[in-house]
Amino acid sequence: MELNELAISRLFPMRVMNQTNATQICEAFLAQIEGRDDKIKAFLHRVDADEVLEAAAAVDKHAAASSELVPLEGMPVALKDNLCTIGMPTTCSSKILKDYVPPYNATVVDRLADQKAIVAGKVNMDEFAFGSSTESSAYQVTANPWDLSRVPGGSSGGSAAAVAADMAAFALGSDTGGSIRQPASFCGVVGLKPTYGLVSRYGLVAFASSLDQIGPITKNVIDCAAVLEIIAGKDPADSTSVDREIPSYTGKLNGKIEGLKVAVVKELMGHGFQKEINFALDNAVLLFEQLGAQIEYISLPHLEYALPAYYIIGPAEASSNLARFDGVRYGHRTADADDMLEMYMKTRAEGFGAEAKRRIMLGTYALSAGYYEAYYGQALKIRTLIIQDFEKAFADHDILLSPTCPTTAFKQGEKLEDPLQMYLSDICTIPANLAGIPAISVPCGVASGLPVGLQIMGKHFDEVTLLNAAFAFERAFGWNLKPMFRDPSAKEK
Amino acid sequence: MSAGGNGDSGYETIIGLEIHVELDTVSKMFCGCPTRFGEDPNTQVCPVCLGLPGALPVANWKAIEYTIKSGLALSCEIAEFTQFHRKNYFYPDMAKNYQISQYDLPICTGGHLDVETDDVSRRVGITRVHLEEDTGKLIHVGGEGRIAGADYSIVDFNRSGIPLMEIVTEPDIRSPEEARAFMAKLRSILLSLGVSDCSMEQGSMRCDANLSLRPAGDTELGVKTEVKNMNSFRALVRALAFEVERQTKVLQAGETVEQETRHFDAAKNITTSLRTKEYAHDYRYFPEPDLVPIKVERAIVADMAGKLPELPDARRMRFIESIGLGAHEAHLLSDTKPMGDFFEECVDGGADPKAAANWILGELSMHLNATGLEIEDCAVTPKHLTQLLKLLDEGTISGKIAKAVFEEMYETGKLPGVIVDEKGMTQISDSDEIGRVVDAVLAENPKAVEELKAGKDRAIGFLVGQVMRLTKGRANPQMVNDLIKERL
Repeated sequence: MELNELAISRLFPMRVMNQTNATQICEAFLAQIEGRDDKIKAFLHRVDADEVLEAAAAVDKHAAASSELVPLEGMPVALKDNLCTIGMPTTCSSKILKDYVPPYNATVVDRLADQKAIVAGKVNMDEFAFGSSTESSAYQVTANPWDLSRVPGGSSGGSAAAVAADMAAFALGSDTGGSIRQPASFCGVVGLKPTYGLVSRYGLVAFASSLDQIGPITKNVIDCAAVLEIIAGKDPADSTSVDREIPSYTGKLNGKIEGLKVAVVKELMGHGFQKEINFALDNAVLLFEQLGAQIEYISLPHLEYALPAYYIIGPAEASSNLARFDGVRYGHRTADADDMLEMYMKTRAEGFGAEAKRRIMLGTYALSAGYYEAYYGQALKIRTLIIQDFEKAFADHDILLSPTCPTTAFKQGEKLEDPLQMYLSDICTIPANLAGIPAISVPCGVASGLPVGLQIMGKHFDEVTLLNAAFAFERAFGWNLKPMFRDPSAKEK
Repeated sequence: MSAGGNGDSGYETIIGLEIHVELDTVSKMFCGCPTRFGEDPNTQVCPVCLGLPGALPVANWKAIEYTIKSGLALSCEIAEFTQFHRKNYFYPDMAKNYQISQYDLPICTGGHLDVETDDVSRRVGITRVHLEEDTGKLIHVGGEGRIAGADYSIVDFNRSGIPLMEIVTEPDIRSPEEARAFMAKLRSILLSLGVSDCSMEQGSMRCDANLSLRPAGDTELGVKTEVKNMNSFRALVRALAFEVERQTKVLQAGETVEQETRHFDAAKNITTSLRTKEYAHDYRYFPEPDLVPIKVERAIVADMAGKLPELPDARRMRFIESIGLGAHEAHLLSDTKPMGDFFEECVDGGADPKAAANWILGELSMHLNATGLEIEDCAVTPKHLTQLLKLLDEGTISGKIAKAVFEEMYETGKLPGVIVDEKGMTQISDSDEIGRVVDAVLAENPKAVEELKAGKDRAIGFLVGQVMRLTKGRANPQMVNDLIKERL
């Protein structure tokens, strides 16, 4: 196996035992990016190879003189392009932020830098994270490493594809309605949306402020825990980040889940789902049972309304969050306009893609005088009911299970013209965002050569139990498949 | 009828005010940038107040505290639970194209302020006091200095995000003069709280007015106009008086007032139409998801209420009741905090309250006006005045000399005792010494002596004056008076 195929949980001990070093690791990843990314198209901006190797050399020099190594040191990371990075473009895959270079780092970027993780580049996403396929990017279509004719999922499609294709040791994504978990599921990697408020959003270009969370996309659950313990924790710059003790998530992984109370959510299974997805879920449930967990099937009656509520709240907040892209201070500005209003209108007409415009209009409408109560007000009420549903469920259970997605990765272009079909892709993941609870996707099977993801949802701030359950499952399931970079178009020729 | 009133037109004037006050905090409302005034453009900025992608607001507790204090001083209810909302509209001076403001859960509601004018005392209801962020400043280049027709516009974001407290009154004000009195009193309260420097000229206190007329006796409100750009108390009175007159004419002509925003032109003393309400914005308010709602602990409010400084009204009552000042003097001395503090320091230093009040409101105020200084910036301190009053009281100097000494100490800052010693201005109270001068004067002015003897009291003034002239004002005038009478 090449170094870049290994998880951080393998690479770190090798570094500790001097079997490898950051330079070798980075060289392997750089070679992979060089060899694969022309097909995958995950990276929007690649950090210069010399720069990466220089940083790796610095890590090695430091490591030689120090007895204290940390896991993320020297590990190349792919950052979703909505995370602000000093001196590096941050476009949100939108034309309106073409060439925009922020003067500050997102808090999570600084925290990774403190660990001496090395940024390999910025990766593709749906424009402003609006989408489930990464196809709404203004710049490029990213391919699923398992099948290049399929989408990697979205909106953090570039992050998941980069990790699945062994082009980054780990990645950060953002998850507003499933944007970390769904692509992780499509690409056969692990993706976690932490509890709302656990990870600082400072420097994450906002989609829907009350739903957005940054989280890791990794090769396995240990890596996920290792990244989370670095990025989690109160940030004075984000009022919604919560001040609480951050445990050692990796230290708490023991794989013992005997007696764990597990519930399967009836509303998030079966109906209209691809049948292999249901099989994979049944298998997963069986495995949990064998591991000593107690299984129950429960109902969360208001989840039925999660999707419509989400498509009011998300766009409403987005319509306001995206108002700042007006051509006045930064980003794209139209070349010809005679007055202020025309400048605004042309700039935004030229700068935003179709899905962004659709959501801005939806959200503006939902907040308008006379409609606010009927839409936004109602959606907030549903959100409260869903939160109560989860509270009840978690009174008797430790974790909840569901598929991450109703389907495996779909074909590029398949749902592009049908926004509603695209929206349905997030039906299992949206409830966790509305409730603010943590949820993780771990690989749980393969269907027609494509990975299937299991979603595990946990209690507020109980990432310890959530990650340990995921870890136990992962170990018992023994996921060891790798994408084959299958290219159906090449066969046809 | 007071200035700007509509006299016998048969209409009643209804005014409500909306006042914006920039709070005097060290840092901005939602970021750590300084709030200093007059710095180079775009030097007091950061990702947050520039509205850069990804930046998040963090509320400045000091500003919330200042707003609670202001609310308490205006007898408001302080919310237990308060929240920020986003007010959405596009304008280039708004970094995010929404303003973080408050909507249905403001920090303070339902207060009042009692305002006195010459004719009446009136209780003006305070609808609400809330907190928001200021916008940047636009400068339009070319055209007429407005955005329409400008060649281009430039933005300075130094002001962006400075905490702005908005105070909204009920439509309880009945004349432009009353509006002025309300603003003056509000200003003195906020100054004594120390929450703002309240400068209308520098824009740290701004005021818009809603004004309508209705037939006297009616209870329904008429159509209102909103008047903006009143940058001084004078401008406020003039703009509102103009608007009263304008609306009166419109109504008397049998026409209806158009609901619109009007701009006051201070150079021409008129208001002109800025925009009609047809283009009213839909601000799409919704709770600011980047900030958590604030629970205001009752204990904190009680603590703040206990620590409020004495407000102008209470101080005025104390000046009347405990110190024995007249109502008018008490009002003037309690109106601004520095003036009241000055007065109290004099009294604490042993000065006679009435004498101190007379000197502060008379000689000192006159000099301050003439030199354009504030009381806290001038060379005369309470110690100076107290010493001067003591010299007077002890008879060391005469009232006339005291004025000369005041003049000198106002200019040089020297203590009165020093000035009197240096210039030999001590009053002569030795009856032999004065007697000699009196004798000389009587001898030289036989005509006046005759007149006085004939019962013309006026002549004594002349004779006293002559003695004072010869003693360079140092003779004790009462003794001079007595000695002249004695000798005749």
